[in-house]
Amino acid sequence: MSKKLLKGNEAIGEAAIKANCRYYFGYPITPQNEIPEFFAKEFPRVGGVFIQAESEIAAINMVYGAAAAGARVMTSSSSPGISLKMEGISYIAAAELPCVIANIMRGGPGLGGIQPAQSDYFQATKGGGHGDYRMIVFSPASVQELYNLTKKAFYLADYYRIPVMILGDGFLGQMMESVEMDGQNDTCEPIPKPWAITGCRGREKQYINTLYLVPEELAELNDRLQEKYRQIKNSEQAYEEYYMEDADFVLVSFGIAARICKEAVDLARDKGIRAGLIRPITLWPFPEKAFADLTRAKNILNVEMNAGQMVEDVKLAVSCKIPVHFYGCTGGLLPSSKEIVNRIEMLGGTPK
Amino acid sequence: MSVILKKPLSLTDKKFHYCPGCTHGVIHRLIAEIIDEYDIREQTIGIAPVGCSVFLDWYFNFDIIQAAHGRAPAVATGVKRVLTENVVFTYQGDGDLASIGIAELIHAAARGENITIVFINNACYGMTGGQMAPTTLEKQITTTTPYGRDHKTSGSPFFVPELLTNMHGVGFLSRRAINNPKNIVRTKKSLKTAFKVQMEGLGFSLVEILSICPVNWGMDPQKSMQWLEDNIIPHYPLGDIKMPDFDV
Amino acid sequence: MERSDMVISGFGGQGVLFVGFLLAYAGMLEGNYVCWIPSYGVEMRGGTAHCFVTIANKEVSSPIVDRPSVVMVFNNPSLEKFETAVTPGGHLFINSSLVDIEPKRSDLIVHRIPASDYANELGNSKVANIILLGALIQATEVVSIDNIYLALQEILPEKKKKMLPLNYEALKFGMSNLV
Ligand SMILES: Cc1ncc(C[n+]2csc(CCOP(=O)(O)OP(=O)(O)O)c2C)c(N)n1
Ligand code: SF4
Repeated sequence: MSKKLLKGNEAIGEAAIKANCRYYFGYPITPQNEIPEFFAKEFPRVGGVFIQAESEIAAINMVYGAAAAGARVMTSSSSPGISLKMEGISYIAAAELPCVIANIMRGGPGLGGIQPAQSDYFQATKGGGHGDYRMIVFSPASVQELYNLTKKAFYLADYYRIPVMILGDGFLGQMMESVEMDGQNDTCEPIPKPWAITGCRGREKQYINTLYLVPEELAELNDRLQEKYRQIKNSEQAYEEYYMEDADFVLVSFGIAARICKEAVDLARDKGIRAGLIRPITLWPFPEKAFADLTRAKNILNVEMNAGQMVEDVKLAVSCKIPVHFYGCTGGLLPSSKEIVNRIEMLGGTPK
Repeated sequence: MSVILKKPLSLTDKKFHYCPGCTHGVIHRLIAEIIDEYDIREQTIGIAPVGCSVFLDWYFNFDIIQAAHGRAPAVATGVKRVLTENVVFTYQGDGDLASIGIAELIHAAARGENITIVFINNACYGMTGGQMAPTTLEKQITTTTPYGRDHKTSGSPFFVPELLTNMHGVGFLSRRAINNPKNIVRTKKSLKTAFKVQMEGLGFSLVEILSICPVNWGMDPQKSMQWLEDNIIPHYPLGDIKMPDFDV
Repeated sequence: MERSDMVISGFGGQGVLFVGFLLAYAGMLEGNYVCWIPSYGVEMRGGTAHCFVTIANKEVSSPIVDRPSVVMVFNNPSLEKFETAVTPGGHLFINSSLVDIEPKRSDLIVHRIPASDYANELGNSKVANIILLGALIQATEVVSIDNIYLALQEILPEKKKKMLPLNYEALKFGMSNLV
């Protein structure tokens, strides 16, 4: 049998091994501890290297070093730890190094809580660290998708030479679902890395750098990065549509919240309301294409486990032509499908 | 006619940008000579810090990765774990290594990472204009200790290699100074031992080198050397602190 | 069966997460969609631990279990916490060796089983959870007993395989002592 019952956190580890990642550096934090524990246990069997670093800062810089040396490498953490990694992520983006970072989000700000949240949307998609950089941000909604997207993340990281973030939450990291591990489209072939720092035997010496004191040179780096980001925006937007063919009331939601929204769509449809759901799978690039011709939609309701961080992206995607409402909860609380249906009715989602 | 002195192959032709009398250049040359002597240029990877020596790549004729401020030992760890056969060293100032990066340093040592750390102690932050470093002496005047460093408010200088002596995976620790030809020769020998320890797989090695920063000390190079001898060297005892059982 | 939502709740260390895991695993073996969600964090240290299990014959949209049709409890706080959530006509399995309060609702099918006492009779207090699981399967048929056997065989690590006969015995005991 090729199906395995896996925790979300374990699925990340399984996918990494499948994608030939053999280096993991991390620091414990709930609710993602199963990830470092997985690698500590499994890497020795496949010749991988696991280090429990002294801090998230050290971990991300080990990632920087291993990526510079040409390895497939990843780290993971949860919200407060990801804040510490932001310095390193900015450097990795500047040095155009590939790596995968999983953030199994918990509620913030500050030490916050340990229950699931989606409140690092801004941090993940709008920068977080300093400078004009982006990373690809995947938002899986099931353990299977977590597995698939983690594998894909390694490939895209290498392909574009960019950090890729898997943005999950405590719920997804802790829950178990069955995962089909074989027969997935394996886009994991290694990509040659002639730029890697490996010692200059048989070639000119090379350098990985993020400091440019001549403004024109730094501008040149930024131009190159922006061109790469444009290319990614064109090619990598991903989303799922649920009952969108005739929807006049559109829910927009990502990750685990989107699954609650699916149930809400079902409940609303039972009441004769033409509800539908757009679920962004890439948060950056934001799937603007999904919003390109929402001719039927009269209302949009954004549902998130935060205070409304994705709302502005949705508003921009529809050029503010359709009213965008928000329902969400913070602190580790989960939205309820019945409440979502109430909101739909309150906002005038009426039976056809 | 025979050539008796030439530029090491491991140095580029670029002229040093350091201030007149700065000792970074001398230390760069020592490292380059050693790498030539061991014939390891093609397998050496240097990790540049944030500090005056951030542009190591300009001067060293081999692969370089520039790291974030203080994180060079973590970056070196990542590189060395991937490229176990290469020679990996960091080159760090006292702000980079002993202040913002002390955690990364201590834990790389505790893990016994098989890397070499070249630690330049010039008792101040050079690049940012002469502020206090963790190694700044008591009573020493810097731009952030304008009345002299007072341990009651600004802490006291500490001894980096000594912190690491009882760690299992540490193969070699040494403190040297760059103030006269005799000490330069000794510095070179310690650096040579440090690289050898790594090449033999004997673990973490660190050489602290007491240096000068004339510009920020507000003295000419000669006076700076005198100040190094009169104040810094007496405070930080020179010598090998933890040794392997071979000689280079 | 369209979708069965279950809650298993007790103190950490009573094997509540394991019972849920077995149910989910057996559900997967039957080709169904399954979800298993544990409580995590501070609660696990001495406090109550619980897990939610969903078994469905189509993809599980929302994995959140707010109206379970089956609840199994191993201590008083768990009964107090989850009794109100059960759907009318749902099953409530109570380890009556440990729970000394009565459920308040009259619209539930209540199974009071002194599972810890039975487990001691079988010679190992740790299989109380498995006895209740046997009762649950007998009453709800949410998965087949054969697939629970198979799940146990696949899950138990080699060095614990010697526990299989005791677990089988506990399951059978639970099935035949359903009240
Ligand atoms: C995170 C961060 N904080 C501060 C700085 C600014 N900064 C650059 S170099 C430096 C100190 C360098 O001093 P030292 O390590 O002693 O090296 P030196 O310049 O003396 O060779 C500082 C604080 C920085 N680049 N990054
Ligand atoms: S500031 Fe000091 S350390 Fe930096 S180059 Fe000048 S003399 Fe050297």
